[in-house]
Amino acid sequence: MPHDHHDHDNLSPSGHPFRPDNDEPLTYWQTMEIALREILVEKGHLAQADITAQIDAMDARNPSHGAAVVARAWVDPDFKAQLLADASTASRDMGFDIGPMHLVAVANTDTIHNLIVCTLCSCYPRNLLGLPPDWYKTRAYRSRAVSEPRAVLREFGLNLPDTTTLRVHDSTADMRYIVLPARPAGTDDLSQGELAELVTRDSMIGVGLPRQP
Amino acid sequence: MSDTDGRRWHDMGGMPAGPIPMEGHDFALWEKRVDALMVLCGNKGFLSVDGLRRALEDMGEDTFEKYSYYERWIASINQNLIEAGLYTLEELGTRMAEVQARGPTYGEANNG
Repeated sequence: MPHDHHDHDNLSPSGHPFRPDNDEPLTYWQTMEIALREILVEKGHLAQADITAQIDAMDARNPSHGAAVVARAWVDPDFKAQLLADASTASRDMGFDIGPMHLVAVANTDTIHNLIVCTLCSCYPRNLLGLPPDWYKTRAYRSRAVSEPRAVLREFGLNLPDTTTLRVHDSTADMRYIVLPARPAGTDDLSQGELAELVTRDSMIGVGLPRQP
Repeated sequence: MSDTDGRRWHDMGGMPAGPIPMEGHDFALWEKRVDALMVLCGNKGFLSVDGLRRALEDMGEDTFEKYSYYERWIASINQNLIEAGLYTLEELGTRMAEVQARGPTYGEANNG
């Protein structure tokens, strides 16, 4: 599973909990979305097919894309160097649509751990990981990730030794980060595809570590 | 949140806050459509990410607490598109009344 939620029961195929069907009372904002979309289509500004295609494209993005990039960096030193120098280009070279976004990969080591946040809004490497989890957009995460990151990590079940240097990276709309987790020990015999299975969404945000084989 | 230090409400980094709420949700179709509208309107040059954020930030803190993420997004997209002259408030209001008259749920109202 690409996502790693803390409650594994009752998850949708996208790895999120199920949401009720669209049979609740119509809200004001839903009404606005329908009206706005219809007007744009009628005036020829957008085609309904474009909207459907964009939803399909976004639905297809998930953390397995980021995991493929990470696993390649684990087995290919030249690629890792390229990724750390220019993550947008390195990801595009693997066939991922990064858009105009400036993507920066930050590498965890034995002594350094990286964490990403967007204190101002919700910027996230969505082209490689899909849409951000809800907690990433909350006041609590945005506020505390920069002031007490070790306490935040403990809430995610990650206890970093005091000797580990923790670096927190605050994203902007134009520059977004992704964490390159450290390759777990004891994985020398694994293929690139098997390695990718170990890479969780949370490990690429920095609130978790890769799975152990 | 005080603005005496020149900080606006959305600039939350370092402010005191409670535990991280871990519950999530899968996105509803209407939310995915809002996200798609933002991306497509951005690609077409009808609005920018900065324009989206400017309207979101001007809505103020109450809006952040009261409305959901994509509710705020559609409000901001709408404001930007009206400012860009793509349609008028009157056109929107007329269409919203028509949409609402179609039925009591999103599914029914969408089948116009």
